[in-house]
Amino acid sequence: MNKIKETTMLSRVAESLYWMSRYLERAEHTARLLDVDLQLRLDQSPKNSSGRWLRLLEASQVPAPEDGQIDAATLTHILTLDRDNSSSILSCVAAARENLRQVREQCSTEMWEQLNRLYLQVNSTTSSEAWLLHSYVFFRAVQEGAHLFQGVTDSTMSHGEGWQYIQLGRFVERTDALARLIGTHFSHLPYPTDQAAESEEYLEWVGLLKSCAAFEAYCKAYTAELRPMRVAEFLLLNPNFPHSVRFSVERVNAALDAIGELTDRKAEQPERLAGRMRATLSFSQIEEILASGSIAYVDSIRWQCSQAHDAIHQIYFDYPVESALVA
Amino acid sequence: MPVPEPTRALSRPPFRNYQFDMVYDEMFAAPGVPRPHYQALFQTLLELPPEELRKSQQAADLSFLHQGITFTVYGNDEGTERVFPNDLLPRIIPNSEWRKIENGLTQRIAALNLFLEDIYHQGRILSDGVVPRELVYSCRHFRREMRGLAVPRGIYVSICGTDLVRVPDGSFAVLEDNLRVPSGVSYMLANRKVLKRVFPTLFHDYGVCPVDHYAQALLATLRALSPPSSTARHEPTVVLLTPGVFNSAYFEHTFLAQQMGIELVEGRDLLVHDNVVYMRTTSGLRRVDVIYRRVDDDYLDPLCFRRGSSLGVPGLFNAYRAGNVALANAIGTGVADDKAIYAYVPAIIRYYLGEDPILANVQTYLLTDKSHREYVLEHMDELVVKAVGESGGYGMLIGPHSTREQQDEFRARILAEPRNYIAQPTLGLSRAPCFLEGEVQARHVDLRPYILYGENVTLVPGGLTRVALRQGSLVVNSSQGGGSKDTWVLRA
Repeated sequence: MNKIKETTMLSRVAESLYWMSRYLERAEHTARLLDVDLQLRLDQSPKNSSGRWLRLLEASQVPAPEDGQIDAATLTHILTLDRDNSSSILSCVAAARENLRQVREQCSTEMWEQLNRLYLQVNSTTSSEAWLLHSYVFFRAVQEGAHLFQGVTDSTMSHGEGWQYIQLGRFVERTDALARLIGTHFSHLPYPTDQAAESEEYLEWVGLLKSCAAFEAYCKAYTAELRPMRVAEFLLLNPNFPHSVRFSVERVNAALDAIGELTDRKAEQPERLAGRMRATLSFSQIEEILASGSIAYVDSIRWQCSQAHDAIHQIYFDYPVESALVA
Repeated sequence: MPVPEPTRALSRPPFRNYQFDMVYDEMFAAPGVPRPHYQALFQTLLELPPEELRKSQQAADLSFLHQGITFTVYGNDEGTERVFPNDLLPRIIPNSEWRKIENGLTQRIAALNLFLEDIYHQGRILSDGVVPRELVYSCRHFRREMRGLAVPRGIYVSICGTDLVRVPDGSFAVLEDNLRVPSGVSYMLANRKVLKRVFPTLFHDYGVCPVDHYAQALLATLRALSPPSSTARHEPTVVLLTPGVFNSAYFEHTFLAQQMGIELVEGRDLLVHDNVVYMRTTSGLRRVDVIYRRVDDDYLDPLCFRRGSSLGVPGLFNAYRAGNVALANAIGTGVADDKAIYAYVPAIIRYYLGEDPILANVQTYLLTDKSHREYVLEHMDELVVKAVGESGGYGMLIGPHSTREQQDEFRARILAEPRNYIAQPTLGLSRAPCFLEGEVQARHVDLRPYILYGENVTLVPGGLTRVALRQGSLVVNSSQGGGSKDTWVLRA
C-alpha cells in the first residue's frame, strides 16, 4: 500500500516541479553573471565592456539591439526587471513561483514560503539610478534566495520522486547554461592555451570562472595561475565541482536513474541519452576536445541536453494514452 | 451625576469609538457590560497596549502574505491575488449556543439530502404539493440528467457550508445554504493558527474546542463515498479536482489536498476510458475512485454539460452514472440552495423528518407570489432583493443603502423574471468587536459552519466568521470587501 502512495506523481506536477527548478536555476545564473560583470566593469576599459555586454546577452539568449549599442543601465534592466524579457531575473523568479504555486501541495510549506518571499522581494524592486548603484545587493539577494531555497528543499522535502524532478530540472538547466556560457567565451576569445593568461584576457578568464562560481575552487585545484586550457578543463570535465558540465551531467543521470527506478520505467530513452552524454564527458581529454573544436564539442553537449529534455517530456510528462492503457 | 463604572471603561482608548444601536452586540450585553464569555477578552483588551495589538496584526498580515493565503479578484489583470483580510479579535460562542447550531444544521443537512433524493427519484414532495413542482423544474441548477441515478449512500451533499446570522433577539437564523462547492474552510484553519500565536494564554485559559481535525474528517467523509467495487480492490484513491491556479479559491484547494495527503488534479490530469476515471501519473495511468470536485456542475464534463469547457473531464458523467466513481458533492445539488427553494426548507424538514426546524429561516418573499410581489415592489427601500441563483454577494440590492435608480432597475428585473428573485427584510446582523485602525470597533458579522456528511454527520466546532470590514456595511463576502476572524467555541 505504501509503495503505491510513494510512486504516484501526476505528470503535470512532475513537469511543474521540473520547470520551477529550471527557472530558479536560470534566475540564479543570470544574477551571478551580472554580479560578476558589475565587478569586472570596474577593472576594465569601457571599450572592452560593451563587447562583453553583447556576449552576456548572447549567453542569456536575449537578442542584442540592432545597432550593437547598449549601455549598462539598459542591459541591467533587460536582464533583471524587464517583464517583457522572459529570461529576466524577475520573469524567471515569477515563473518559478507560478509553477510551484500550481503544485503547492507537493512541496513543503517552508519551500513555498521561501520562494514566495524571494518573489515578493524581487517584484518590489524598482530600477532607478540609485538602484543601479547598489544592484550588487540585489544580485546577491537573488543568489542567496535561490541557495536558501535549495537548502530548504533538501532538508524539508522528502527525497522521493518529486525531489528528483527538482534535481533534474536544476541540472539540465545548469548543463545547458554552462555549455552556452563556455561556448560564447570560446568563440570570442583566443584559442585556450596552456600558458598563463595576461592582462585583459586574464580578466576575461577570471570573469568566466566567477560566472560559474568557480574561481576559488579553480585556485584550490590549480593555484591562482590562470591557464585558459586548465580553466576549460576545470569547467568542462571536473567531476567534483557542482558548476562543471561533467558534474551537472552526472546529476542529470543520477536523477533519471532514480526516476526510472521509482516509476518502473528503467532503460528508456532519456536515460540512454544522458548515459551517453556522461560517457562522452568521462572519457574526454581536454587536449582532444580543444584540438577537435571546442565550440563544436560544447554545442554537441547542448544538443544532447535538449534531446534528453525532449525524451523526458515524452516519457514522463506527455505520453500517449494508448501506450499507457496496454500496460 | 456619577458616571456608572461600566460606561467609563468604554471611554478608554481602545473602545472610545465602539458603537451601539439596535442590533445584537456579540461582546456587550449593554454598553460597557461584557457578556460573561467575553469578560476575559474584554479585560485583556483594556490592559494590552494598543501598540502590541498593532504589531501582532502586522505580524499576522505578513504571515498571511508569506504563506500566500490569498484569493483572486476577477477582472483585474495586475495584482489579481489579494490577501484575505483577517481580524485579530476572536468571535466567541458559548458551548450551549453551539450545541443548538450543531443540532439545527445536522437536522437541516439530513432533510435537504432526503429532498434531493426525492426530487431526483419519485418526487413525492412534489406530488404532495409541499414544494411547487414548477419551482423545482424551473431552477437553473436542476439537472435532468440526475433523474433516477443512484448516488453512493444516497448522499448528495457531503460538504455543506451554511450561512447563519444572529438577529436582534440574539437567536441564530439560517441566511442561506451552500450546497454546491462551499469555500472558506481553509481560512478558518489559517485564522486559528494565527490566533494561537497571538493570544496563546487567552486561548488556553478559555478552553477552545479544536478545529485542526477538519482535514481528517473531510478525508473520512470522502472515503465513505467510494464505490463498493473499489474498496474490494484497494484503499480508495481520492483526489481533489480544481479548476486551476486562476480560480479564486485555489489556495484553499492546494491547502486541503496537502492537509489530506491526496492528489490535487486539474481536468487535464484526468481521463475516462471504458467509463473508468484515471489520472495521468509519471508511472502510468492510475484509477480514481472519489473526486472531491471544486468545479461547478456546468464545467464538469464538456460532453454532458457546457460544451467547450476545458476545466472538466470528457466522459466523467458516464463514469459517474456507471457507479465507477463518486463525486462530492453530487451533481445537481444547487437546486436545494436556490434562494426560492430556501423559503420551503422549514416545510421540507417537517415533511421528511416530522420535526420542527431547530434553526429558523429568515422571512422570505417569493416574487412569483402575487401578494408577496406587490408588497416587495412597494417596499423596495426597506428590503434586500437577491437573485436566486447567485452567490458571493453578487446580484443583490440592499434597499436602505440603494439609490432610486438602483431600485427602479431591480423593479424592472423583478417584473421581467419574478422567478429569478426573492426579497428578505434587511437584517440587523449582529456586530462583533474588531481591531481596526488601532482601536476596537464594532462590525457586522455572520457565521459559516462547515458540515460533513459521510458515514455520519460531522461539524468541526466553529466555522468561518465573516466580517463586513467597511463601517456600516452588511456585506461580508470576500469579493465585496469582507474579511474574516477566528471563531472560538468554548468547551464549557
